[in-house]
Amino acid sequence: MRLLSAFAIGLVFGLGITISGMINPAKVLNFFDIAGTWDPSLAFVMAGALGVAIPGYRLVFRRPAPAMAPGFQLPDTRIIDRRLVLGSATFGVGWGIAGFCPGGALPALGTGDPTVFLFLAALIGGLLVARVLQGRFPARKPA
Amino acid sequence: METAFTPWASLGGGALIGLAAVLLMALHGRILGATGILGGLLRFDDPTDWSLRAAIIAGMAAGPLVWLVLVGELPVIDLPVPNWGVVLGGMIVGVGVSYGGGCTSGHGVCGIARFSRRSLVATASFMATAIATVFVIRHVLGGW
Repeated sequence: MRLLSAFAIGLVFGLGITISGMINPAKVLNFFDIAGTWDPSLAFVMAGALGVAIPGYRLVFRRPAPAMAPGFQLPDTRIIDRRLVLGSATFGVGWGIAGFCPGGALPALGTGDPTVFLFLAALIGGLLVARVLQGRFPARKPA
Repeated sequence: METAFTPWASLGGGALIGLAAVLLMALHGRILGATGILGGLLRFDDPTDWSLRAAIIAGMAAGPLVWLVLVGELPVIDLPVPNWGVVLGGMIVGVGVSYGGGCTSGHGVCGIARFSRRSLVATASFMATAIATVFVIRHVLGGW
């Protein structure tokens, strides 16, 4: 039940990425290309997601605990520092180059497109490189 | 390469993304962030946690296949980027999301939905540099 529900939730997300068009990097890159072939669709995806998640979270957090786990696992850091800003800014550069972000690429795995595997291999490489660097220069654990 | 503006499909697909985030919090108490879920898959110390993450990712990858069954074709993936750009960008994304503590789904959807100022700052940062990067590649360097 636990794993089945997790699979079903992943599937809802994967269908959302597919239907919204965000599975297609060309569409995502065009959102960023304001001066060229601009496609504002990504803003509508964010609006749709937040329109459900804001009231949904509000309802969920009225309960003392989630249905299938002992408690909510929420990031407790509130500090806005260089690490957060520069890390996110770096992510944006990579997103602008490759066109994929992690949430777009995981559902795209299902299409079998070879470039998706290429991106995910590089992404995992980057995650591991950062893990080594962070082990050497320990700081706050990412949320 | 032009792509068609799809306000209704994008709004509807976005609502499903938001629904998935709410369900994961309601049932399992977790943030639906692709970076966090994938990152935890690269640790092997907790098999119960690992299987939950693996099930979520398997469900995500099943999305296009269910779409194939429903409408008879796989979703289009056009990547107007050479392979070396995909690899370079992928590595930069991996390092950036590790330090930034999340990506579009974790910060942009889940974080903003719970009014986290950190997530708002993170989202503004990566959107700004993504726009700047695409501008430089396409309009300063003349495209790929």
